[in-house]
Amino acid sequence: MARKSYRQAINEALRQEMERDSRVILMGEDVAGGMGAEGEDDAWGGPLGVTKGLMPIFGRERVLDTPITESAFIGAAAGAAATGLRPVAELMFVDFMGVCFDQIFNQAAKFRYMFGGKAVTPLVIRTMYGAGFRAASQHSQCLYPLFTHIPGLKVALPSNAYEAKGLLIQAIRDDDPVIFFEHKAMYDEEAEVPDEAYAIPFGEANVTREGEDVTIIAFGRMVNLANEAADRLAKDKISCTVVDPRTTSPLDTETILETAAETGRVVVVDEAHPRCNMATDVAALLVQEAFGDLKAPVRMVTGPHAPVPFSPALEDLYIPSAARIEAAVRELVAGS
Amino acid sequence: MAEIEAIVMPKWGLAMQEGMVASWLVEEGEEIEKGEEIADIETSKIANVFESPVEGLLRRLVAGEGETLPVGALLAVVAPEEVGDAAIDAFVADFQARFAAEGPSVAAAPEPQTLEAGGRRLRYLELGDAAGTPVLLVHGFGGDLNNWLFNQEELAEDYRTLAIDLPGHGGSTKEVGEGDVGTLAAAVLAFMDASGIERAHLVGHSLGGAICIDLALNHPGRVASLTALAPAGLGPEIDIAFIDGFIASNRARKLRPFLEMLVHDPALVTAEMVEDVLRFKRLDGVEAALNTIAQACFPGGRQSLEFEARLEELRCPAQVIWGKQDRILPASHGEDLPETLEAHLFEDAGHLIHMERAREVNALIGAMLRR
Amino acid sequence: MQLSRDELVRAYRTMRTIRAFEDRVHEEFSAGNIPGFVHLYAGEEASAAGFCLHLEDRDNIASTHRGHGHSIAKGCDVRGMMHEIFGRKEGLCGGKGGSMHIADLEKGMMGANGIVGGGPPLICGAALSAKYLKTGGVAIAFVGDGASNQGTTLESYNLAKVWNLPAIFVVEDNGYAESTASAWSVGGSQLDRAKGFGMPGHQVDGHDFFAVHEVAGEVIARARAGEGPSLVHVKFSRYYGHFEGDAMTYRASDEIPRLRKDRDCLELFRKRVLEAALLEESELDGIDEEINSHVAQVTDEAKAAPMPTERDLLTDVYMRY
Repeated sequence: MARKSYRQAINEALRQEMERDSRVILMGEDVAGGMGAEGEDDAWGGPLGVTKGLMPIFGRERVLDTPITESAFIGAAAGAAATGLRPVAELMFVDFMGVCFDQIFNQAAKFRYMFGGKAVTPLVIRTMYGAGFRAASQHSQCLYPLFTHIPGLKVALPSNAYEAKGLLIQAIRDDDPVIFFEHKAMYDEEAEVPDEAYAIPFGEANVTREGEDVTIIAFGRMVNLANEAADRLAKDKISCTVVDPRTTSPLDTETILETAAETGRVVVVDEAHPRCNMATDVAALLVQEAFGDLKAPVRMVTGPHAPVPFSPALEDLYIPSAARIEAAVRELVAGS
Repeated sequence: MAEIEAIVMPKWGLAMQEGMVASWLVEEGEEIEKGEEIADIETSKIANVFESPVEGLLRRLVAGEGETLPVGALLAVVAPEEVGDAAIDAFVADFQARFAAEGPSVAAAPEPQTLEAGGRRLRYLELGDAAGTPVLLVHGFGGDLNNWLFNQEELAEDYRTLAIDLPGHGGSTKEVGEGDVGTLAAAVLAFMDASGIERAHLVGHSLGGAICIDLALNHPGRVASLTALAPAGLGPEIDIAFIDGFIASNRARKLRPFLEMLVHDPALVTAEMVEDVLRFKRLDGVEAALNTIAQACFPGGRQSLEFEARLEELRCPAQVIWGKQDRILPASHGEDLPETLEAHLFEDAGHLIHMERAREVNALIGAMLRR
Repeated sequence: MQLSRDELVRAYRTMRTIRAFEDRVHEEFSAGNIPGFVHLYAGEEASAAGFCLHLEDRDNIASTHRGHGHSIAKGCDVRGMMHEIFGRKEGLCGGKGGSMHIADLEKGMMGANGIVGGGPPLICGAALSAKYLKTGGVAIAFVGDGASNQGTTLESYNLAKVWNLPAIFVVEDNGYAESTASAWSVGGSQLDRAKGFGMPGHQVDGHDFFAVHEVAGEVIARARAGEGPSLVHVKFSRYYGHFEGDAMTYRASDEIPRLRKDRDCLELFRKRVLEAALLEESELDGIDEEINSHVAQVTDEAKAAPMPTERDLLTDVYMRY
C-alpha cells in the first residue's frame, strides 16, 4: 500500500484489468498519443497523462487512438461491447457528450431492455468533469445528472484515489454500461491505495464520518469539501455525518434515508447546476420518504444556474466551497 | 520551578495522523493518575479511551470536545498547584507557537515490508531493534497487522517486534492452500525461516492464537513463550454466525453488526473501521481465502482443531488472556486449563481484548517476555 | 458468380418471406391490429437477401427503422418477430422493442434502430471485435439515403477506414428520406463520398438480386481478407410509405404500379431462374404457398398470444442493479 494520486490509481486499475482480461481495450482521442506522427510514441497518454504508459505495455492493438470523432468511437465502443469486448472508451471531457450522446443513451443504455434482455453491454466511458481548471463553459460542466436520468446506465463519481481505483475496476467488471466521471481538479490528489486489485460495489454509499447534528450528502469532489467543512464545524461542536454516495446510479437511498433520519437535518452538496441535479433528486427523495424525520428543510449547496465562467475571479465564486457548506450547516443548526 | 507537563494527542497505530477529542472524562482541577481514563478519542480507525500518560493536577484542558487535532497537538496541561496561571498560559502559547511552526513531528512512519516465504509473499511490520529474542504478533481471522495498533509500538520499546499478515490477509498473498491451522502455522514458520528468526516469543489472537499454540506444541524449539489472546483451538464452540456474516457482508450496514460482536462496547466500532474491513474484503481473492479458511477451521460451525488434550505438553511459559464477554469464542475455553497455561480473564471485555484492554494486555505480555 | 441450387432456393425463400411478412403486417396495421410505428421493406428484399446470403452468425449487421427485411435475411425467427411486432411476451424482444428494435445478437443481428444513422458507429465496434478477436467476421451497416447524411455515418466511414476495419456500409437508397427526395437531400454522390474516404464504392440495382449478391460477395471477401471497408450504394424503391399510414402524396401516382410491374425483385428473380432453367416454377409456387401459410399461421398465433405483464415492466434494464 502506498499513497497514489487519483491519476495513478486510475492508470493502475486500467493496467490491472487489462492484464487480467484480454477483452479489455482502451480507445479514445490521444489515449496513447502521437498516432501516425513522427515524434514520440505514447506522446500524451490522454490530455492529462492518465493513460500514459499503457500503450507500451499492451500495444496499439489494445490502446487505440481515435480520430476526433466522438460519435463514431463512442458508438464503436458500444458496438464492440455488445459483440464480445469490454471496451473502456475515453470521452475526453463530458461536455463533448453533445456530439455522441445518441450512442450512449439511445444505443448502449437501451440495448438490454429493447432487445428483451438478450444484450450484454460491458462498456465503460471514462470522462472528465468539473470546474476549477479555468477551462470555461464547454470544458467544466458536471453533467452526471443527465446520465443518471437514463435507465440502463450506471454512473460513478469517485471522490478520491482509493475510490477511483476500486470503482473503475468495478466498472470494468460490470456487465452494464458505466459512465465513470473523473474530476479534472483531483488528478494530483493522493490517498492510500492498495497495490492489489479491488472492486468497490456500486450503490453502496461510504459514510466518511458519523455525527449527530447534520447529515451532509456530497457528490464527487464535493465530498472532500464536505469533510473539510465538517472538520471546521467540529471545532464549534457541530458534528456532521458525511455521506459519499459513490454512484448516482444506482443510488444508495437506504444510507441516505438512514443517515438523514439520524440527524434530521440534511445539506446536499452537488457541483452541478441546481435544476434537476443530484441535490434536487436527493431532496425529493427525502421529502417523499423521510419527511417525518426532518427537523428542518433540506438545504442544497450547488453551482448556480449559469454556465461555468472562465475568469478565475468568477469561477471561484461559481464552485461550491467548504465555506458555503459550512454556512449552510450553521444556518440549519441555528434555525432549528 | 515546578514542572509543567503537556498531554498531547497520542499516536495509535502507524496510520494515525489526527484524532478527535470526543469527550473529556476529567475536569480542570482534578488530580489524575497515570493510566487513568481521561478522554474518549476517535481516530479514523477506531474510537478508544485515552489513558493519561502522566500524573498530577490537571490545570488546563486545551483541546475542546469535538476538536480534531494532529498527533502531537496539545490536549491538556498538568502542573502542580504552585505554578501560576500566567505560567500555564505562557507554556500553552509557547507550545502552540512551536507546534504551529514545526508542525506535527511526524517521524517517517515505518512502512510494512514484504518477503517471500514458503512460496508466498508475506507482509509484515517490524518495529523496535532491541537485541534478543524477537516478538512475533499473529492476528486472527479477517484481521491484519494493524490489529496490534495499541500493542506493537509499546512492545517495540524493549523488543524487536514483527507483526505479520497471515496468508489470505492484509498485504499477503491471498492463496491459502488448504486454509487449515497447520498450513497457516507452516506459513508463519516459513516466515521465521525467511527472516532468520530461530526462536521467537509468540503472541497470537483468536485464529492466530491457535496458530501460535500449534507452533509451541509442534516446534517447541522455536518458541520462547506463548501469549494466546482469546485463542481458537481450545474448545469446539464458535459463533459461526460471526464468521459467516463477516465473509458474506459486503456492505457497511450489514457488516457493522458483525464487527460490533467483536467488542464489549460497540461504540468502539467507527464507520471508518467498518470501511477499513470492507477495504480488505474487497481485495481480489480475499473472499475465496476467507471461505477456504473458514471451511477448514470451522466446518459445520464447530472448531475442527482442539488442543486441550495436548496443552500439558507445552514446554515454554504460556498464558491465555480472554474477555469474559467474548461473543465469538467463549471465555469458558480459558477456564480449567492445565497449569502449563496461565489464564487471565477480564470482565467487561470482548473478543478484541488487545484493543479493549490494551494497557493490561501489554503489561501481561511484557511480564511474559521478561521471564 | 454461380449460385448453387440450394443458394437460389434460400435467396428466393428469404425474399418471399420478407414480402409475405411485410404484406401481412401492412394488412394487420391497416386493420388497426398493430400498435405504434411500422416501416415496411417490401420492394427492397433483394438488398437484404443479396448481402445476408453471404453471412454467417459470426458476422454482424446493424439495421435501420425499416428493419424487418434485414432481420429475416439474417436469420431472426419469423414467429418471434411477428409476436414482437404485436407487442407480445413471446416476441423476439419480449415485446419491449417492437418493430423498430428487433434484434437477435446470437444471429449477429444488432438491431433495427429507431435513430437514423444509429447503426454505423455500432458496426465499427462489431468490426473491431471481429478484428481483435480474430473471428474472421465482418460487420455491415445498412443505412438509408437519409442516414447517409448523418454525421454518425460519415464519421463511421472515416473511423472504419483509419482503423482498417472489416466493415461494409450499404446505403439503401429508396429515393425518399421520409417524404424528402434523396435526389435533393444528398449532396454530391454516394460513390464520391466513398472515394473521399479512400474506400471502394459500388453502385448496384437493388431490384436485381443477382447484381446485389455479386457486389456483396466482392466487398465481403475484401473485408474478410483484412483489406478494409467498402461502400455499396443500392438503388431501389419501397412499395409502402415511410411508415404505415403515410399517404405518399409526395410520390407520382403511377410510380408504385410501374415499379411493381417492371422492377419487382421477386418477379425479376423468378424470370431469371426460370429462363435459365435453374429452378422449376412449381417449386417456386410451392415455396410461395408454404411461406404464405407460415406467415398466416404465425400472425394468427401472435394475435392470440399473451401480452407481457406488469412483472416484465422493470426487468432487463440492467444485468444487475
